[in-house]
Amino acid sequence: MFSNLDFTNLDLQKLVFGRLSLADIPYHEPILLVTFAVVAMGGVVVLGAITYFRFWGPLWRDWVTSVDHKKIGIMYIILALVMLLRGFADAIMMITQKAIAFGPSEGYLPPHHYDQIFTAHGVIMIFFVAMPFVTGLMNYVVPLQIGARDVSFPFLNNFSFWMTVAGAVITMISLFVGEFSRATWLGYPPLSGADMSPGVGVDYWIWGLQIAGIGTLLSGINLVATIVKMRAPGMTMMKLPVFVWTSLCTNVLIVAAFPILTAVLVLLSLDRYVGTHFFTNDLGGNPMMYFNLIWIWGHPEVYILILPAFGIFSEVTSTYCGKRLFGYASMVYATVVITILSYLVWLHHFFTMGSGANVNSFFGITTMIISIPTGAKIFNWLFTMYRGRIRFELPMLWTVGFMVTFVIGGMTGVLLAVPPADFVLHNSLFLVAHFHNVIIGGVLFGMFAGVNYWFPKAFGFKLDPFWGKMSFWCWLVGFYLVFMPLYVLGLMGVTRRTQHFDDPTLQPWFIAAACGAVLILCGILSLLVQIVVSIRNREALRDTTGDPWGGRTLEWSTSSPPPDYNFAFTPVVHDLDAWYDMKSRGYARPLNGFRPIHMPKNTGTGAIIGGLSVVFGFAMIWYIWWLAALSFAAIFIVSIVHTFNYNRDFYIPADTVVRAENERTAVLAGRV
Amino acid sequence: MSAETAHHGDEHGHHDGASHGSLSGYVTGFVLSVILTAIPFWLVMARPVESALWTGIIIMAFAAVQIVVHMVYFLHMNTKSEGGWTILALIFTVTLVVITLTGSLWVMHHLNSNMMPMSVHDMRHAP
Ligand code: HEM
Ligand SMILES: [Cu+2]
Repeated sequence: MFSNLDFTNLDLQKLVFGRLSLADIPYHEPILLVTFAVVAMGGVVVLGAITYFRFWGPLWRDWVTSVDHKKIGIMYIILALVMLLRGFADAIMMITQKAIAFGPSEGYLPPHHYDQIFTAHGVIMIFFVAMPFVTGLMNYVVPLQIGARDVSFPFLNNFSFWMTVAGAVITMISLFVGEFSRATWLGYPPLSGADMSPGVGVDYWIWGLQIAGIGTLLSGINLVATIVKMRAPGMTMMKLPVFVWTSLCTNVLIVAAFPILTAVLVLLSLDRYVGTHFFTNDLGGNPMMYFNLIWIWGHPEVYILILPAFGIFSEVTSTYCGKRLFGYASMVYATVVITILSYLVWLHHFFTMGSGANVNSFFGITTMIISIPTGAKIFNWLFTMYRGRIRFELPMLWTVGFMVTFVIGGMTGVLLAVPPADFVLHNSLFLVAHFHNVIIGGVLFGMFAGVNYWFPKAFGFKLDPFWGKMSFWCWLVGFYLVFMPLYVLGLMGVTRRTQHFDDPTLQPWFIAAACGAVLILCGILSLLVQIVVSIRNREALRDTTGDPWGGRTLEWSTSSPPPDYNFAFTPVVHDLDAWYDMKSRGYARPLNGFRPIHMPKNTGTGAIIGGLSVVFGFAMIWYIWWLAALSFAAIFIVSIVHTFNYNRDFYIPADTVVRAENERTAVLAGRV
Repeated sequence: MSAETAHHGDEHGHHDGASHGSLSGYVTGFVLSVILTAIPFWLVMARPVESALWTGIIIMAFAAVQIVVHMVYFLHMNTKSEGGWTILALIFTVTLVVITLTGSLWVMHHLNSNMMPMSVHDMRHAP
């Protein structure tokens, strides 16, 4: 107990560097050395390019300090894409290891390393790919769809983003300084306790999540407030675009669920740092309480990810079928019902822990009930397509791919909700296949649909369709090739998180899965090529109208990209699908009468506190107490000083607005 | 700050529909809170109720009432504030808290009674 805080044998190195020493830099690991070389070279190239193109000033002024929800949204998505590369690198390493480590062959990843990789993969994919993707799209789209000029708390938005980045940075540092957690993405005790995992790995995991969690929670509060308080006049709740509805429910879930994660992690930290016994095996601790609590957060979390994707599919389907969404009201009710039900199912993640029949059947049934509103949604999309004039643009392709794939994932989910079946399939690759089925086929496909759909809005030109189709087909086929074999293996009883196998008859399935991972790699590369090619061909792909797809919601009523102030005049809403309604009533853009527009000012405080949080987290991880105290004090002081900054807003002068709007008028006229 | 729209462009006044209380409201709230705090203290110091369990339950009940007093008198919540959004948020929160607490108790109780006894002491007291 309290061994960590033992000051009896003080020595200088410990005092200054905590438990950090040169031996913690893994220069003896060839894989990491090569990775480091690549990352360092990439970093030098990027920094060099920024310097060469004299981009530092604009980068700081227009992006880092920006409180514009559109720029913050774009930065979130860039973060998600960068972290997707890291998360996927982990995935392909795992799957190749699985494909070669049979019998006498040990593969190339020893267990110590493999365990870090599956933990890092899970953590990064969920917290730093899926979450930033979802938050980024909500940030970009929600204010535009409700006819607002920004979110309710623009500074908080910037701050949230930089806290998320800080969490990602801490997680990434673990690659080159020390090591990452080996205790799975949810850090189950007693494995994650101080006895079993004495090193820094679990602490990296804790602080990465805690710091990013602050950002997630605050952005949740921000978006709830935005949707509740800042809707355009006339936009009653039942005239909200479906994406806004799903965003509202997602952010309500964030506000309600993330504090539980924070509290659980605090208790685990107390166990690790000061020797309490909340989740230890002995002295009154109970690891089962950790499972219980973390899944009370964990199950709502999966709905936090999928609901916005459902919203995107709804927008995409109605736009590309040229029809109003079938069953709008039922869609809204289904979303709300899912929001509440998502709190009643958490135990399906530990049916096998021994709760007995009553408890297991209750949670099994509630889980199956969730599939009813979800199935209703699928039918709504299908009926929207029925007799629609479907245009198979990229977002629609992703949507159709989603519908097929997600139904399979949903059905295996219902299967797992049957407790006796779960006793057989728990902890097997069947489960791994199931949740990738819904996360890739649902969340990621949704995000890609959203990126292809709103990219022309954000940048003023469409994404290249050829490379987009390449990306889509590689992802779709690759997904099936990776995860269908994993379903089979799981049914045969192959456990997850396993780094070596003895039975050679399993190997062909793993080799097929590895080939699928190569296809997914092609899908990711095609996505990057698509972006580069589109930037190069941007003149040909240019959207001058602001409404390239024949959209139905308000974001398509303004220019692409929208001006800083989004709308020169706040739109007035009369109907669901407000922009479609305006168009069909012969809407004429106002050409004069512009007034100065009140806007929030940029500030560097968010980025500074984010940076200090990285230092603080790092110091806590390595027991560098003086640095922790110093950086915490600095965070405190910067926050206080920021509250005395009264110079927070400004007016965009009327003639700037007039100039921007006249330019748009000219562009629109030039088209005709 | 950016909430202004072209329609109510420059004015900075806020019209959020929340009431801001009165002196008498605050005094009532304060007095009620003091009473609701003093009684639990007395329950523990003087132990008028023998059973520790019942003392605990009564204190919890006072705490719950205390929460309501704070919400009504200090946070000025009522069914109409913010156009009904606060009461909706409250109902939602209470629902989730109840689900979380009762669910956890139920689940942990089950796990506790189904698990192998962890020590000789537990074994002796096993049902
Ligand atoms: C892009 C293609 C992907 C591939 C090929 C892939 C592959 C894998 C594999 C093979 C495992 C199992 C490792 C094992 O049991 O030993 C795994 C685990 C996992 N994956 Fe993925 N994955 C991918 C994408 C994603 C995405 C997008 C997410 C979430 C947003 C995700 C979340 C997870 C999680 C949470 C785990 C469990 C980690 C743990 O066991 O603690 N994966 N992945
Ligand atoms: Cu779940």
